[in-house]
Amino acid sequence: MPLLWTVSIILALGVVGYVMGRKRAVATAGGNARILHSLPGYYGTNVAIITIVPALLVMAVWLIIQPILVETRVTEMIPASAIEEAGSRGLVMSDVRRVAGGLDTAIEQGALTEDEARSIRTEFTNVRDTLAGVGVALGSDVTPEVLSAAQRYRELSRSGNLFMTITLLTLAALGFLYSYARTNRDFRARNWVEASVLVILMLASTIAILTTVGIVLSMLWDSWNFFQLYPWQQFFFGLEWRPSFEGGSELGLIPLLWGTMYISLIALLVAVPVGLFAAVYMAEYASKRVRSFAKPLIEILAGIPTIVYGLFALITVGPMLRDYFAEPLGLGSSSSSVMTAGIVMGIMLIPFVSSLSDDIINAVPQSLRDGSYGLGATQSETVKQVILPAALPGIVGAILLAASRAIGETMIVVLGAGAAGRIDLNPFEAMTTVTVKIVGQLTGDTNFSSPEALVAFALGLTLFVITLGLNVLALYIVRKYREQYE
Amino acid sequence: MNDMSVSRDVDTGEIKMRARGVEVFYGDTHAIKSVDVDIEDKTVTAFIGPSGCGKSTFLRCLNRMNDTIDVARVKGEITLDGEDIYDPKVDPVQLRAKVGMVFQKPNPFPKSIYDNVAYGPRIHGLSTSKGELDEIVEKSLRRAALWDEAKDRLQEPGTGLSGGQQQRLCIARAVATNPEVLLMDEPCSALDPIATAQVEELIDELRTRYSVVIVTHSMQQAARVSQKTAFFHLGELVEYGETGKIFTNPDDSRTESYITGRIG
Ligand SMILES: Nc1ncnc2c1ncn2[C@@H]1O[C@H](COP(=O)(O)OP(=O)(O)OP(=O)(O)O)[C@@H](O)[C@H]1O
Ligand SMILES: [Mg+2]
Repeated sequence: MPLLWTVSIILALGVVGYVMGRKRAVATAGGNARILHSLPGYYGTNVAIITIVPALLVMAVWLIIQPILVETRVTEMIPASAIEEAGSRGLVMSDVRRVAGGLDTAIEQGALTEDEARSIRTEFTNVRDTLAGVGVALGSDVTPEVLSAAQRYRELSRSGNLFMTITLLTLAALGFLYSYARTNRDFRARNWVEASVLVILMLASTIAILTTVGIVLSMLWDSWNFFQLYPWQQFFFGLEWRPSFEGGSELGLIPLLWGTMYISLIALLVAVPVGLFAAVYMAEYASKRVRSFAKPLIEILAGIPTIVYGLFALITVGPMLRDYFAEPLGLGSSSSSVMTAGIVMGIMLIPFVSSLSDDIINAVPQSLRDGSYGLGATQSETVKQVILPAALPGIVGAILLAASRAIGETMIVVLGAGAAGRIDLNPFEAMTTVTVKIVGQLTGDTNFSSPEALVAFALGLTLFVITLGLNVLALYIVRKYREQYE
Repeated sequence: MNDMSVSRDVDTGEIKMRARGVEVFYGDTHAIKSVDVDIEDKTVTAFIGPSGCGKSTFLRCLNRMNDTIDVARVKGEITLDGEDIYDPKVDPVQLRAKVGMVFQKPNPFPKSIYDNVAYGPRIHGLSTSKGELDEIVEKSLRRAALWDEAKDRLQEPGTGLSGGQQQRLCIARAVATNPEVLLMDEPCSALDPIATAQVEELIDELRTRYSVVIVTHSMQQAARVSQKTAFFHLGELVEYGETGKIFTNPDDSRTESYITGRIG
C-alpha cells in the first residue's frame, strides 16, 4: 500500500476518533456536558491525538532507519571484487539503487511483470536495454552481482514497507481503542491534551536543534577529511588562494576572508545609515499618507532576487564606478570591484535594516515620546536621546542580521566583485568571498577525495563559526543593554 | 533657581494663563466643550471631576501636547502671559519648556536616574558645568522627595525604580527644567501617604514661584493643596472658583453631588 494511503487512513481514524470520543464523553455524562471534567471537545481531541501522533512518529523514525538497514544488508551481498572494479562501495550501491528504481519503473509502465522483475537474469535478458526502454538510462551494462543485489534491495524494501504499514495501522487502532476506552466523565482530558501539546511542541524544537547538530557534524566530518590532506596552518594563515587540480594548490583562507569582510563592511556602511534614517523618517516624521505608499516601495527592494542585483552590479554600477572613479583616480580599470559588490549589496540590505528598525521604533511606547516633548524637546532630540536608545537592542539585532546576510551573499559578489581571491586595500580591485569559492570548488567535475573539493567544507565551517560568533555577540550586547535599562 | 527664599505671603491674582471658548475634538468625539478658565500666577489650581470628563485633555491643551495626537483638534484661545499659544509664531517646543508636565502614568526614559533628571537641563542648556548640573539634579530629586532613596544609585536605570519612585522621578524631571507653569496629571496616584505628603509639600513650595495645575481624584488633596478648583463634568467646566467655596458652598448641584460622592 502506498504511504499516502496509510497516512490518510491514520488521519481518517483520528477524525473518527475525535467525533466518537466526544460523543462517548457526553454519553457517559448522561447528556449533561456540565458535569464532565473537561469540555467535550477535549475528549475528542485526546482520542485523535493518541490515534495519530504515535503512529506518525513511528513512521518518521521508520522511514529514516529502514533504508539504512536495507542498505547494510544489501552491501553484504556485493563481493569485494565488484567494489574494487567500480572504485568504491558507494558507487556500486548507487548503481544498485538505480537498477532497483528502474525495475520499479519498468513494472509501473508494464514492460516487466512483477515475477519477471524478480526472476530476470543478466544471462538471459539485456537488462540495460530493457530499462532504457522505459526511460532509465544506465552508464554501463548491469553485472549479475548488481542485478541480484538490486532484486534483493527491492524485496527487502517491499517487505519492510508492508511491515511498516501493518505496524502503523495497528498502532493507530490500538491508540484509538485505548484512548476511547479511557474516555469517561471523570477522565482529565483537558490536562492530557495540554501535556500532549507540550510534547508535540518540544518535539518540534528538538527536530530543529538536531538538524543544526547534524549539519555541523557533517561539515565537521568533511572538514576533518580536508585537514588530513592539507595542513591547517596553511589553510588558516595562508595568504594565497591558488587551487589547481593537478596538485600543489595553495588554499589560504585569509584572502577570501579579507574579501568577505571588506565587501560586507562597505555593504553595511551603505545599508545601516540609509536604512536607519529611512526607518526614523517612516516611524517618526512621515504622515500616514506618505507612509502608506513609501513603506511598501522600500520593501519591494527586499523582494528582488539577488541575481537581479548582481546583474545591476555587472551592467550598471561596475562600469560606472570604473569610468567615473577608478580610472580618473588611477585606481585600476576593473569593472568588477569590492566597491561595486559592496554598494549593490548595501542597497539590497536597506529594506532589512529599515523594515526591522521601523517596527522596533514603532514599538517604543508613546508615553516616552510624550515625556520628552513635555519637557520641551524637539523631535530630533527626542529621536536621538530617547527613541533610538530605547530601540537600540532591536536595532543592533537588525544590523547583525544584515551583517550575516552580507557575509552569506554569493550572487552579487560573483557578478559584482569577480572570483579572484586577493588581499588588497584598493576598493576598486576585484576580490572575492568565501561563499563564492565554496560554490566554485564544488561546481564542475569534482572528486570528493581531493583537498581542492574538500576545502569547501572547511570554508563552510569557518563561515558557520563566524556567523555563530556574530550572533553570540549580538545576544551579549542586547543582554548587557537590557540589564542596564530594564 | 537663584532665589531660594521661601516666603509664604505670595501675592495671587495675576493671571498667568487664560483659556477662552476652548473646544477639543478627538475625531468626532467632542471631548471639551467651550471651557473658559483663568489660571492665576503663584497659585495651585485643582481640576477635579469624574473619570473621562476631559481633565487630562484640557491639561494637555495648556502646553499643546494635543499636537502630538493626530486625531485631536483644538479650537478657542489660550494665552500665556497674554500671548496666544496657538499662534503660528509660537514654537510649541519653547512653550513646553515654560509649561512643564507630569503625566498620569509614570514614563521614565530608559536612562539612568541622573540622566532622566538631567535631560531637560541638558537640552535647554541650563547648566554650564558638570558641577552645576549635579547641583540641579540633586536639588530636583530632593524636591521630589526621591533624593534619599536615589542618591546611592544615580547611575542605575530609572525604569528599575518602583512605580511610586518612578512617579517622583518624573516630577523631579519636570521640576529640573524650571518651568513657569507646572501641569501635574494625578501625580500622587501611585504614591503612599508619606510620599504624597512630600509631593504636596513640594507643590506648596512650587507655588511660591510658579503656577501649578494639578488633576486629582482625591477631594482631600484638592482641598489641602489648591487655592482654586475647577470641576469638570462630561467635557464641560461646571464650576470654577475659590477652593474653599467649591468645597463648602458650591453653586451648582452637580458639583455638590460629586464632592459629596454621589456622582463619579
Ligand atoms: N487619544 C485619544 N483619542 C480619542 N479619544 C480620546 C483620546 N484621549 C482621550 N479621549 C477621550 O476624551 C475623553 C476625555 O478623556 P480624558 O483623558 O481627558 O479624561 P480624564 O478626565 O483625564 O479621565 P481620568 O480621570 O480617567 O484620567 C474621554 O471620553 C476619552 O475617551
Ligand atoms: Mg486623565
